[in-house]
Amino acid sequence: MLYRQLSRKTDTPSYRIVVESSLAYRSRKLQNQLIELGYKSEALPKVLDLYFLEGQLTAEDVKNIAEKLICDPVTERYSWMSLNAAEHGKAAKGQNTSSVEVTLRPGVTDNIAAELIKAAHRLGIEKLHSVTTGTRYEFNGCLDETDINQIAQDLLVNATIQQYTAGEIWPEFLHPVEGATKAEVIPLLAADEGELLVISQERRLALNLAEMLVVQNHFLVLGREPTDAELETIAQTWSEHCVHKTFKASIHVKTENTEIDGLIKTYLQAATRTINAAWVRSAFVDNAGVIAFDDEFDLSFKVETHNHPSAIEPFGGANTGVGGVVRDILGVSHRPIANTNVLCFGPQDQPVRDLPAGVLHPGRIKAGVVHGIEDYGNKLGLPTVNGAILYHPGYTANPLVYCGCVGFGPRDSHPCDPRPGDRVIVIGGKTGRDGIRGATFSSLTMDAQTGEVAGASVQIGDPITEKGVIEVVERARDEELYNAVTDCGAGGLSSAVGEMSENLGVKVDLAAVPLKYPGLVPWEIWLSEAQERMVLAVPPENLPALQRLCDTYWVELSDIGEFHASGQLEVVFGENLIVKLDNDFLHHGIPRLHLEATLDISPADSGYPSNPGHKQSIQLEEEILLSLLSHPNITSKEAVIRRYDHEVKGSTVIKPLVGLTHDGPSDACVMKPANTKGYRGFVLANGINPYIGEVDAYNMAVSVIDEAVRNVVAVGGDPDQTAILDNFCWGDPNRPETMGSLLKAAQGCHDAAVHFQTPFISGKDSLNNEYIGDDGKRRAIPGTLLISSISITPDIRNSVSMDLKSPGDLIYLVGEWKPALGGSHAVLVTRGREGDNYFGAVEALRKTPELSEPAPEVFRALHQAIHANLITAAHDLSEGGLAVSAAEMALAGHLGADLDLTKIHEDIKIALFAETNGCLLVAINLEKAKAFETHFNNLPIMQIGKVTETSVFTVIHQSKNIFQIPVEKLVAAFTAQRSSHD
Amino acid sequence: MIKALILHASGTNRDSDLAYAIELAGGQPVIKPLSMLKESKSDWRDYGFLGLPGGFSYGDALGAGKLFALDMQTWFNDSLHDFVRSGRPVIGICNGFQALVKSGILPGKQHKATLTFNQRAHFECRWVTLEPNKANPSPWLQGLAPIECPVAHGEGRFFMEKSSELPHHQIALSYTHLDGTPAGNVYPVNPNGSPNDIAGITNSAGNVLGLMPHPENHIHAYQHPRWTRGQQNGLGLELFKNGIQMAR
Repeated sequence: MLYRQLSRKTDTPSYRIVVESSLAYRSRKLQNQLIELGYKSEALPKVLDLYFLEGQLTAEDVKNIAEKLICDPVTERYSWMSLNAAEHGKAAKGQNTSSVEVTLRPGVTDNIAAELIKAAHRLGIEKLHSVTTGTRYEFNGCLDETDINQIAQDLLVNATIQQYTAGEIWPEFLHPVEGATKAEVIPLLAADEGELLVISQERRLALNLAEMLVVQNHFLVLGREPTDAELETIAQTWSEHCVHKTFKASIHVKTENTEIDGLIKTYLQAATRTINAAWVRSAFVDNAGVIAFDDEFDLSFKVETHNHPSAIEPFGGANTGVGGVVRDILGVSHRPIANTNVLCFGPQDQPVRDLPAGVLHPGRIKAGVVHGIEDYGNKLGLPTVNGAILYHPGYTANPLVYCGCVGFGPRDSHPCDPRPGDRVIVIGGKTGRDGIRGATFSSLTMDAQTGEVAGASVQIGDPITEKGVIEVVERARDEELYNAVTDCGAGGLSSAVGEMSENLGVKVDLAAVPLKYPGLVPWEIWLSEAQERMVLAVPPENLPALQRLCDTYWVELSDIGEFHASGQLEVVFGENLIVKLDNDFLHHGIPRLHLEATLDISPADSGYPSNPGHKQSIQLEEEILLSLLSHPNITSKEAVIRRYDHEVKGSTVIKPLVGLTHDGPSDACVMKPANTKGYRGFVLANGINPYIGEVDAYNMAVSVIDEAVRNVVAVGGDPDQTAILDNFCWGDPNRPETMGSLLKAAQGCHDAAVHFQTPFISGKDSLNNEYIGDDGKRRAIPGTLLISSISITPDIRNSVSMDLKSPGDLIYLVGEWKPALGGSHAVLVTRGREGDNYFGAVEALRKTPELSEPAPEVFRALHQAIHANLITAAHDLSEGGLAVSAAEMALAGHLGADLDLTKIHEDIKIALFAETNGCLLVAINLEKAKAFETHFNNLPIMQIGKVTETSVFTVIHQSKNIFQIPVEKLVAAFTAQRSSHD
Repeated sequence: MIKALILHASGTNRDSDLAYAIELAGGQPVIKPLSMLKESKSDWRDYGFLGLPGGFSYGDALGAGKLFALDMQTWFNDSLHDFVRSGRPVIGICNGFQALVKSGILPGKQHKATLTFNQRAHFECRWVTLEPNKANPSPWLQGLAPIECPVAHGEGRFFMEKSSELPHHQIALSYTHLDGTPAGNVYPVNPNGSPNDIAGITNSAGNVLGLMPHPENHIHAYQHPRWTRGQQNGLGLELFKNGIQMAR
């Protein structure tokens, strides 16, 4: 790591405390993991907690800390010793190496250590000044040192944030050292083109040659060299992450010889403009999109990605992904009220030896990401209520982690107008080296060294500090204490302060920024992405009131500068000038990117084997259905969903899991914001399907928008008050084919959004999701578009869940059923090792689901029917087609169904498993069937069966019995993977 | 109107859920951050009801509820013990329960107990059914029907020190199947592996109730996970009504 300054004060004593629990749950978990990795583990391994204390402590102090603060008196016991540097070397040699000890690297956020120090001070033990925590694993002699090193690397340690020693580890403490207070000058003026690129690369600026030349020219005109901090500021401000160069680039389409004037403008914003919905309060301009909830309140919604950080340190990456999107909601002065997340991983059964060098196993990535989301969302007290998890070999090195957050606030309460004289106020966490250059990092392709070099970009969140910030911002808004607010995200203070002062000017003194530890150079303070910070523009007379609020909620406040009307960004460290840049150049100087696209796209090659470990082709309908239900993309996600608190705030009306025994997959969640009058609510859902995108990016966009809309409609959401968010995750757009598929997806977005009259209110892109291994081979994700939807339901009491309710109810197919097999899951599960497949001819496979012409009318009619209480259950047709949809309704209700699919299609396999847009299945009480049919009038509906008491799922086709599957067998297939996630 | 003091430590997050339940039960909730309570020297005697809500005080660092308990012992030891001794109702839910146990208020001086990691070793959110213990005379449980409500915790396994057992009449609520038969330590009916399916306990005087599940998240029929199937039994609101009744 480049910037760490470590020293050990030999005169400060340090102590080691080892804590052993009488409960064996962690040992058993480790034992299972060892067995999974192929080690024989006869004796139960031990897992112990380590605490290293540093300070002039007495034996009494150490015992007090251990007994009163660390140990649980009922389940734990401890031992302690003082550490002696001189003897350590000797001891290490003779150690029993059947153990390994792991600690966090110095500088990595350690919330437990921080709380321990504070608590010890409260006990009056003021001399404790540093703590390091760790874990000791004892293997009871059954493994040799090679094994132990291997286990440490494969299972116990992530070298990005942790270090380990076989035997006893020697703790490292971070010590204060003097940091530079001046900026370094970077010689740029005389550099030739090659040297400019070297500078960009060495500092990981992610600026291309055209951009470096513009920067050079700017300083040539100024007649001086830039400082390091100035170059870094420009790189952050011009990064893909901050300005979306690709989405604003002009595109030349080679195959058609046309020019596109930017994807956002031409397709996404254009759709919103065309639709021109009165209830859209704010789209594309702020930290989050905003729609009207009722006459008094607004809802905001934002979805972000945190892909690169999650690839390297899954827990921290996902953890801070949640923290970041929650701050986006604070950035529109709303109270965060619900979280969502959509996760894409490589296959969990991938053999470790097949992984590209430097890549964590997809199983470890998933475990870390889920834990990271759980940790942050639960601790903030936000319900995590909607999401999806899917698997594809293309996500092995590049997992996708989409984190969403919904906010709620009174109308017109968000000030966004900093004034000259306002103070620049930072509240929340302190600044450390963690999280340097995240914005540019996320704009680079990863390689085997990324983990090491970019390690400083990754950090662990501190949700409790963020919780305090939430309390402060909401109250400060209500007391009208600030004129503008924004979050410190990628780029840290440089982008937050830079954006806020774009139309004004500012002077900031970095010496006033509170640091986690001294020793940071000025540009690091300026660029640090330390989490849990917000920047506010506060009139000086409001400072005392804001300070009181911060004191109440344990939040640190610092005053680092002043806004003024200079049109310049000026940063100093005390007397030293660090940055002086013209706002005009900084925010408008970036040369427009020109990109080439081709629409002649060959079938995607992800660089991974497409069907790892797949067996033979399967043929029988029953077999196909059961394999679909247990396919990782369709199977129950209960093991993950229950790790998230989806009940806190008491707002969750339709939950992620529904049905008789709460194991049915809900189409969407319905929420009623706490403390609102009446029964108005909102609905959250999403659509995602990279498999269709591999065949046709346009139809993927169309299909996932249809899916996001039909999901909200299924539970009671109003299709005429539904807004959507786009999140594009793609590969390297400099390749014309990648750009071409991005272009087709953007076109699909436009056409479908206008068709459904669902405006985009916010969007984000994450590009360069590629990985170049040591073998030089490029591996890219399948282009993946997530559409998140938010909709209003006029009355939550009319909400419908997807589980079948009563025997005798009739089952209808609603919508125009147009079968397609391209990108379908039926093809995926039936394809054998040789590519042989029942669904046969390649031409038929290439056809993907298209825009459904009658869908908007069908959805509107269904919405009315739901709120007229004509429907007892509704579920959409998606992956796996009609068969999976009907089977899920049956298994969730633990009720049987008789279906006759003769009228659907002459080929029963196509009738059962082909995929389509615009369709749902609904169950109707016999007495209401007539009213339902009358209501749908000329729209496409078809009665296909009824709910039975038999607990058997039966399908008939052309008078032939296709299968009779006991519902419990469906349940077993759907939940088969559930236990393996524990 | 009974004024209810609701404590908010750094990381508390179900304080407004609890406040809302108390309000519906007829009380007048006041949420006080501990920092404010410490400064204002508010007299705890103004309040007829004390609530310690759920959340992740101090991020659960060093054990759930431990540092919340340290806060109480450091700053409010006398006020808290006076409040408990006076017989006024006290409820600790989830993290608040953990804090009451770790500060020694529950189960009481003569026993050493803890709430530790779930048997499955991770956080879990799911609905449970709670059966009041008829042998417990606490006014909290008077006439109380079984409650259905969610749990949302990672450290909810109630453990006594070896060789000691909680007197049966101090068990307040236990996990059962939907039909009322004991969970019998079967997962997930008993979600955390607590011996004797213990979900909540009282002190020996019966005025202090601690429980892991969240009755404050089932005070409206539409919060029930099966309300769309016409099932809406087991409102948690009754528990809070009992608490307010006690304070009168």
